[in-house]
Amino acid sequence: MTIEKPKQFYGKGIPGVHLGQLKGELIVVEGADGSGRSTQIDLLKNWLERRGYPTVNVGLKRSMLVSRELEKAMQGNILGTRTLSLFYATDFADQLENLIIPALRSGFIVLADRYIYTLMSRAIVRGVEPDWIRDVYGIALIPDAVFYLAVSPKMLVERNLRKHSVLDYWESGMDMHPTSNMYGSFIEYQRQIQKEFKSMQKLYGFETVDGNRSPRAIQQDLRTKIELILKGAAPSTEGKTDESDSAQRTARSAPAPADGG
Amino acid sequence: MAESKKEIQGKLVAVEGLDGSGKSTQVYLLKRWLELEGYKVFFTEWNSSAIVRKATRKGKKRQLLTSTTFSLIHCTDFADRYERQILPLLHAGYIVLADRYIFTAFARDAVRGCDRTWIRHLYSYAIQPDLTFYFDVPLKTALERILDGRTRVKYHEAGMDMGYSKDPYESFRIFQGKINQEYRRMVREYDFITVDATEPPDVQQAKIREILETKVDLPLYKWHGPLFPRNLA
Repeated sequence: MTIEKPKQFYGKGIPGVHLGQLKGELIVVEGADGSGRSTQIDLLKNWLERRGYPTVNVGLKRSMLVSRELEKAMQGNILGTRTLSLFYATDFADQLENLIIPALRSGFIVLADRYIYTLMSRAIVRGVEPDWIRDVYGIALIPDAVFYLAVSPKMLVERNLRKHSVLDYWESGMDMHPTSNMYGSFIEYQRQIQKEFKSMQKLYGFETVDGNRSPRAIQQDLRTKIELILKGAAPSTEGKTDESDSAQRTARSAPAPADGG
Repeated sequence: MAESKKEIQGKLVAVEGLDGSGKSTQVYLLKRWLELEGYKVFFTEWNSSAIVRKATRKGKKRQLLTSTTFSLIHCTDFADRYERQILPLLHAGYIVLADRYIFTAFARDAVRGCDRTWIRHLYSYAIQPDLTFYFDVPLKTALERILDGRTRVKYHEAGMDMGYSKDPYESFRIFQGKINQEYRRMVREYDFITVDATEPPDVQQAKIREILETKVDLPLYKWHGPLFPRNLA
């Protein structure tokens, strides 16, 4: 038997959680709308399930507790920045406690379609103190891997327009600087977010994946990296070591099937 | 984004204490007095943001809340009132009266098992009140007042989520007792002005008004020009 390195929280975490019991893997895919995030996650889920790994998807604004109220509040754009951040944090915490942690306890692979990094960068570009928001998310589990799909803002616009023929109000940062030039606003906002991600990368050590390539090439890339985690490589979020390095470190056991225990 | 207190003209007055301590009655009387005397006054209550409260109610009703989400959803509610009302009104030079403030969260969330430092950071954006009245009441009195004329106590009010006891009344007693301990720990940390909540209501009110008059330069908070004719008030 290999000795598994227990998971950790970023800060104080959730009271009463025994980290040693969390046997599954938490894999996060981050990226803007149009970065190909959802496509990649769908493909990963198929791949993992075909190979017999129980997999569960989580994402933002999907909690039973507040998702509907949060959506409604956003429609009217009536909340202040901090209130919105906290509303999202509530949504996140509800899913963390009721979905992510139980799934990890049962040995599932949790595929997170965005995680706290998006939430933090959105808050920070809107003027919330970085220290404060990081502290709020001290409740979050440190993932086993975070992949950030970096796509140039121009490419993002193209993809979004091709898919929806319209740019999303929030992803264009229209709440920050109302303007008649939504195109320009989108580009500017995405640049700011990317800058934030870049500086977070140093802090959290996640992997940037070139999202300007074809879906197939990106998927290949992700699978290779996830394969290492499943084989028992150390989490890539831990440091800036490259894959060959981390593969040699403390082995992590592959997730055990849910045993009801 | 956090405000420096110097820029703020208004005054923030908070009341804290157990359910049944009589603080709501006292803050109501304080509000009436200030209104009728022609001061700019605004009153805000814990857990009352129109947008957030619906979610909180659902969470409580279906028992979806954990100590962490309980804490976060109340902080969201507070942030909404803070960003849209408390802070703008303080900037506008109002006397803002808060029936429960961040200390309620500090006390309750700590009893529910949240980390004390984390909770304090969570609310670190909120300015400290100029005056915080703490209505100190023996647990027994508070319980009698709450249970008198009520057929049942609410699930979360009684701390039933904590699993202290299957009997709501027993659970209520234990839970409120722990909250009271948390309050008492904060009296010195946050300069609470302790009010003896066993005294007759009018005596308490007279004392509070007197303290307010000493600590706050009230004439600064008068409306400019009559809001409504004085003789009608």
